[in-house]
Amino acid sequence: MKTRIFVTLKNGVLDPQGKAIHHALEGLGFTGVSDVRAGRLIEIEHEAGIAHDQLKAMCENLLANTVIENFEIEGA
Amino acid sequence: MRAAVIQFPGSNCDRDMAVAIRDVTGADTAVIWHRDTVLPSNLDLIAVPGGFSYGDYLRSGAMAARSPIMQAVVEAAGHGVPVLGVCNGFQILTEAGLLPGALMRNAGIRFVCRDVRLTVENSQSIFTSGYEQGEEITIPVAHHDGNYFADDATLNRLEGEGRVAFSYAEPVNGSARNIAGILNDAGNVLGMMPHPERMIEAVHGGSDGRRLFAGIMGGLIRQIA
Repeated sequence: MKTRIFVTLKNGVLDPQGKAIHHALEGLGFTGVSDVRAGRLIEIEHEAGIAHDQLKAMCENLLANTVIENFEIEGA
Repeated sequence: MRAAVIQFPGSNCDRDMAVAIRDVTGADTAVIWHRDTVLPSNLDLIAVPGGFSYGDYLRSGAMAARSPIMQAVVEAAGHGVPVLGVCNGFQILTEAGLLPGALMRNAGIRFVCRDVRLTVENSQSIFTSGYEQGEEITIPVAHHDGNYFADDATLNRLEGEGRVAFSYAEPVNGSARNIAGILNDAGNVLGMMPHPERMIEAVHGGSDGRRLFAGIMGGLIRQIA
């Protein structure tokens, strides 16, 4: 079984990478984009019975730095 | 004096750090591999050096902070052993929870590698007693993720409690409040992005980094006397 975990920067945390991507999109002629924020997708293969608390602990202990990032566990 | 330098896969300032510590303080300096679980006893200084531990995978310092040896470092820090984290070492200390906040991608996106001017904001700590309060010094930086971030309450507390050890005296990476280095609550853990071990003798272009190590040594001598 696979669970996808999305790690994104918290609101208000500057995202220079997103800004650079935004800038590059404009450079390619794509208009109408008002902002870009970049994050990370982590796919975890695991046994079917894994507890949601276990996935949450993985996020809090390693996958996300909760000082600057939020995480979302797909389907949770 | 006894010191340990922690070495991770991808560390690249470990030997410079060991040389600087030995050269300036004469300390018996051991290089400790990250898979080890115990540190030498009676340490006077633990240095977490710069580099790109684990290739900066996931986040800079994230993997290294969960290395076996870091548990021993956290424990030693709790017992008051001085811990110095430089560059990637600073990132590792924040990821390990020894220092607040986080180090993010430089605001200008570019890797910054040059000498920068710093202001000594607190010359009373065990790491900074070799400097004058408010003194301007020059130390090189070399980092991609040096943009210090913490919430306003944390920043106010750091400033209010004199826990900002160094600030940038010029624009470098977008760091909140121009923070270049911070101390923990107890004052025995310092994390800083600039590399004092790269400014030890004239051939480096200056020796402002030397006084950091000399200051640690001086503090130990005063403690014994």
